[in-house]
Amino acid sequence: MTEATATFGVRRHGSATVVDIEGDVTAGSEDVLMTAYDAAGDVSTIVLNFSDLAYMNSGGIGLLVTLLVRANRRSQQLMAYGLSDHYRQIFELTRLDEAVGIHDSEQAALSAAGAR
Amino acid sequence: MDNSDDKPADNATAELAAGRDATYWAKAVSRLNVSNVPEGAINLNVTGKRLAGPIQGFGKMWQKTYQVHLPRDRVSATDLIATWKQHFPDFWPEGNFFYAPLTGIEPGEVALLNMTLPGRMKLSTGVMVLYADEESFTLMTPQGHMFAGWITFSATERDDMTVAQAQVLMRASDPIFELGLTLGGHRQENRFWSQTLSAVAAHFGVSADVDTQVVCVDKRRQWSRWSNVWHSSAVRSTGYMLASPLRAAREMTRRDQPAK
Repeated sequence: MTEATATFGVRRHGSATVVDIEGDVTAGSEDVLMTAYDAAGDVSTIVLNFSDLAYMNSGGIGLLVTLLVRANRRSQQLMAYGLSDHYRQIFELTRLDEAVGIHDSEQAALSAAGAR
Repeated sequence: MDNSDDKPADNATAELAAGRDATYWAKAVSRLNVSNVPEGAINLNVTGKRLAGPIQGFGKMWQKTYQVHLPRDRVSATDLIATWKQHFPDFWPEGNFFYAPLTGIEPGEVALLNMTLPGRMKLSTGVMVLYADEESFTLMTPQGHMFAGWITFSATERDDMTVAQAQVLMRASDPIFELGLTLGGHRQENRFWSQTLSAVAAHFGVSADVDTQVVCVDKRRQWSRWSNVWHSSAVRSTGYMLASPLRAAREMTRRDQPAK
């Protein structure tokens, strides 16, 4: 459960940074996720791309909450796209969707962020 | 280069992930429902409530981690979690009752909690099993619970040890509970989970110290959430207790009336 099994790539798009998530996101992903967040830089929006997410457990959801706190502290908004129907439901169940803007595509997320 | 050989492997991985999704996570619910109320349990402040995570809470956000180390030759991580799920209420400190669902700790099941707070105050609330696999399970709180958040119980194997862990991610739900946490509630909660983990270790014949790590994830209070107090299980449980003589009198009157 503590082993990192996800990778996080970082791409800059104007005032937003897209973080490409690949693999299994668990509590063990904390260090790599926070490193990616630090690499995202001083942007107004962080967009999480879940298109290549294989799996996420409750520890992974907890990580997203702590990421949200860090982003809020820096007045950044957090957005997501590429979520499967299942993980959209998990975001609703955990009420993460009330704080993370969920979009259908990268273009939609970047447009909402005003980064395109 | 032909990558066609990779496709069956990719499909198998996707199927495995989809299987885990369906098996381990609770299904979406808008409001909680308690299907069976165990004998002796008070079903208050749960039915009809929404779940509330750390984002919906009022107070500072805390991550509290409690760990105990057991020799791996005594118990494996999966066996420890299986036992913890099966005997979950037995490991709780005296005076607090966890009424597990009849089907056990399974995703989507709701458990009732009847707890004793300082001043002998009784508090009735509940939790929903948000997630459960072979090495961990997570309970999430409803509106009105002391905390808005979740607690994950897990076990991992490191070298020759099995590490049992409880990790809470939460905010106090409302200003009253926030005040309570400041006035000794944190200490009481730390003692509660420390005793619980000691009981888990003792079940496997191990006497070991519990490591506690407390991190304030967010120092800010969410003042826009002050109105959560409307759902407060403390206020509603107290009201329920105060009204119990009236309920008893009404019940007696009803019994004394001749049947028509």
